[in-house]
Amino acid sequence: MHNKLEQIAKEAEEKIKAASNLEALKNCRVEYLGRKGEITAVLRSLKDLPPEERAAVGQAANRVRDHLEELIESKTQELNARALQERLMQEKLDVTLPGTPRVYGGKHPLTLVREEIENIFLGLGFEIVEGPEVELDYYNFEALNMPADHPARDMQDSFYMSDQVLLRTHTSPGQVRTMEQKNPALPIKIIIPGRVYRRDDDATHSPMFHQVEGLYIGERVTFADLKGILMLFAQKVFGQDVRVRFRPSYFPFTEPSAEMDISCVICGGIGCRTCSNTGWLEILGSGMVHPNVLRAGGYDPEKVTGFAFGMGIERIAMLKFGIDDLRLFFDNDIRFLAQF
Amino acid sequence: MRLPLEWLRDYIEIDMSAEELAHRLTMAGLAVENIEKVENDTILELDLTPNRGDCLGIINVAREVAAITEKPLEIPRVKPDEIDEKIEDFIRITIESDMCKRYSARVMKNVRVEPSPAWMQERLLKAGIRPINNVVDVTNYVMLETNQPMHAFDYDLLEGKQIIVREARPGEELVTLDGTRRELEPGMLVIADAKKPVALAGVMGGESSEIREGTTTILLESAKFDGISIRRTSRKVGLRTESSMRFEKGVDIGGVVQALDRAAHLLEILGAGEVVQGVCDVYPHPQPETAVRLRLDRVNHVLGTDITPAEIEGYLRRLGFPVEVQGSELVASIPSYRPDLAIEEDLIEEVARLHGYDNISSELKPAVPTHGYRTDYQIFKDRLLGYAAHRMREVITYSFINPRWLDILEVPQGHRLRSTVRLANPFSEEQGIMRTTLLPSLLDVAARNLSRRNEDLAIFELGSVYWPRESELLPQEAPMMAGLVTGKVPGGWQGKGGEMDFFFLKGIVEELFARLHLEGVKFNPSVPEHSYHPGRYAVITAGDRIIGSIGEIHPLVLEKLDIESRVCAFEIDVNQLYEAVSRSHHQVRGISRYPAVKRDLALVVSEEVNAADLAETIKKAGTDLLIRVDLFDVYRSPQLGEGKKSLAFALTFQSYEHTLQDEEINRIINGILEKAGEVFGARIR
Repeated sequence: MHNKLEQIAKEAEEKIKAASNLEALKNCRVEYLGRKGEITAVLRSLKDLPPEERAAVGQAANRVRDHLEELIESKTQELNARALQERLMQEKLDVTLPGTPRVYGGKHPLTLVREEIENIFLGLGFEIVEGPEVELDYYNFEALNMPADHPARDMQDSFYMSDQVLLRTHTSPGQVRTMEQKNPALPIKIIIPGRVYRRDDDATHSPMFHQVEGLYIGERVTFADLKGILMLFAQKVFGQDVRVRFRPSYFPFTEPSAEMDISCVICGGIGCRTCSNTGWLEILGSGMVHPNVLRAGGYDPEKVTGFAFGMGIERIAMLKFGIDDLRLFFDNDIRFLAQF
Repeated sequence: MRLPLEWLRDYIEIDMSAEELAHRLTMAGLAVENIEKVENDTILELDLTPNRGDCLGIINVAREVAAITEKPLEIPRVKPDEIDEKIEDFIRITIESDMCKRYSARVMKNVRVEPSPAWMQERLLKAGIRPINNVVDVTNYVMLETNQPMHAFDYDLLEGKQIIVREARPGEELVTLDGTRRELEPGMLVIADAKKPVALAGVMGGESSEIREGTTTILLESAKFDGISIRRTSRKVGLRTESSMRFEKGVDIGGVVQALDRAAHLLEILGAGEVVQGVCDVYPHPQPETAVRLRLDRVNHVLGTDITPAEIEGYLRRLGFPVEVQGSELVASIPSYRPDLAIEEDLIEEVARLHGYDNISSELKPAVPTHGYRTDYQIFKDRLLGYAAHRMREVITYSFINPRWLDILEVPQGHRLRSTVRLANPFSEEQGIMRTTLLPSLLDVAARNLSRRNEDLAIFELGSVYWPRESELLPQEAPMMAGLVTGKVPGGWQGKGGEMDFFFLKGIVEELFARLHLEGVKFNPSVPEHSYHPGRYAVITAGDRIIGSIGEIHPLVLEKLDIESRVCAFEIDVNQLYEAVSRSHHQVRGISRYPAVKRDLALVVSEEVNAADLAETIKKAGTDLLIRVDLFDVYRSPQLGEGKKSLAFALTFQSYEHTLQDEEINRIINGILEKAGEVFGARIR
């Protein structure tokens, strides 16, 4: 009996080992461990053995059965792993194929730059204020110390709707509007981004463009503060290494007035076409708010001082992105816009 | 302004390179935009600010250089040698208009008109002025030197020994030196003799009294005309000259006679003629001296500096201003050639620029705390723009449009869009009116891109439209957002793309609303008043608020624009959307512990039934337990019958209180079927 068991076990072991798929393995199980299997038959035949042999043969048969079960189990795992491996290999992708294209948009470069400027000044405690684009001559010129026939009005040839109404030529009208509204609150720290309009149209001028105005009025705001804040701004926008200089200039609504130049971002200050070989680029106009403007806003120039500045968003965007034609911004060719 | 350095050296010693001088001038406020090397000389190109018209005279630039470098100034102050004849016997001058502030003249006899000497011609050429003859050249030379424009008349061609400065009379004409006949009108200042205008004051002389070869007696004019009137006249006649430009910016009323003397003297030493005794100088209201008070501590208060009183005084003296210190303040007498200086702040700027803006420290001092923040409205607009930019390219277009667009869009007469704000002086009709809709702007961008074979577009703009307001000077500016799509979604190698059609665009708009948590949005099928396809147009509402519209652009509109592909667009009123979003109560809930049950339901209805209406009815009949209704199929077939369609919905039921049983859901579905049958004649498929 023992011999027979051993023989069955040997035979079964070989068959299990040889099974190349789950189906063959299943057949092995049926053949040896199934209801009509050979081991099952041995176990069933125990009752025919003399009682003194039963226990030993029974034990041996159970051992063989357990052994075969183990073998089948491990073979099953092996075959499963192999099958999975095969499937995964069949599912192999050329991962270098392009991904599914998505429709995606993007912000206009002028919006990107406007947001960048806004965020810098928000961080410095400035509020954002908006004003009307169709503006009264009073706020655009008169309240800014440019009475009728002031020659500086020539610098900003305007689109008029009527004698009193025009498209604002700069974002500066927001200065007096805000002062009137906030009076007598102090300090006033605002920036005014928006569209502005001038009767100009060529490669470097557009009849519509964008500015950001700034105004900081308080009990002791000085020219040194102007320099500090605007230098910080320049470094945030153009990088820590940018050099900044202020030089005297003229605006009717500031006194003293200053033009802020940065070292040329194209050539680094050596001199090139962009900076007309000067090494410097004009970036914004600024100055201490003229007493007449403070008065127009209802503030006493003896008690408060302040500074104002204004910059063209297009100018900054052109320098940041290295664009030399202003008209690209308003042409809106998708091949241009898609680069931002 | 072109500044030859060799000429400048007549008045001041320069012991630095042209580059260094250019830098110092720039940093003092006289921006040098170019340095040009020519034979034996260097020319600086100055870009002067409007307040420094005085520096159109080289002597005044020399004054600046003196202030910067502290070198002594040498200004030619000369009186010509005069002959015995007296000017009174030659000319009588009358000023009849207050647009002339001062008028002075000299007469020269035995004049020989010939070319001026080479050195003078060279200097004029370098400064950009064409030499003519010795008389004209000297007037130009003195103008470049002093900034005082001058004119020379052929005295013998003036009638009645008279100069009258007056406004032109209606119907008067003048042939100017450029040979052009010009019609004059009141408001224009002219120089006239006893009978007729002989020069357009401050702008250009007249041909009739021009200096010519045979001229023997001349009248030299040096005057101060009102800048504003000269500017108006110069614009009206379309003539801007070296002279008119200088008068516009303002010439030195105190230097009028000095310039005259200088010119006479120069002509004399050139041997061009003899100077008649005396100056005829009419100066009705001599300008009082200007003195400006400056509080010494105010300088540092404004600049944030520690400049000492002695330094302040020193800077002003370097500029040549007589200064008197009175305790804690000083009073500076302002020379007449610096009319730009009138108030304390002006002097502070003079101090600052001589001190050097570079020498003022930059401070970032802790100020009174302010909170830099965006308002709710600004945050909303930024979010809206950001969400839109996820799916579409932002464009920025001009706010003015061609009024013809309203015809292209078939906007009916009397429609609200036709009530526009018109520009009085546009460049062209292209930019004639302020837009009342963003559609033209987007269609324009689309047409341009399509013509360049950029065929797949998804674009949007966030910008204002402008509505005139009754009895208000300023229009209402309403921010709008509009979007436009055309072409295909790129499918890639898997071919997963599709048309960018109405439903593609609607999906974008729905996504916007979803991100803004705006609930209760409806797309109401409507008849468009203009622009859109009559069968593919919806007005978008939220509650009872109209927030926008969406549709396919009418094929006839596209035809006029030479667009061959289908185009869809939407327009949203940003303020209405903001109001709707602010009022929309968005609630966040936890997740139910009980399982959700899904059921599909296909209903057959007639074509006229709107999917949204049916979905709405299902939702209402579905009780609170029906938490989602998703349309997933629209199916038509002959089996369903003519004019019928099947709409298949995926329904999701879930309770927060218990696990749903089949019977419960069946009951609800029966309710839904009953209601849908009753309202729409729907039957289950």
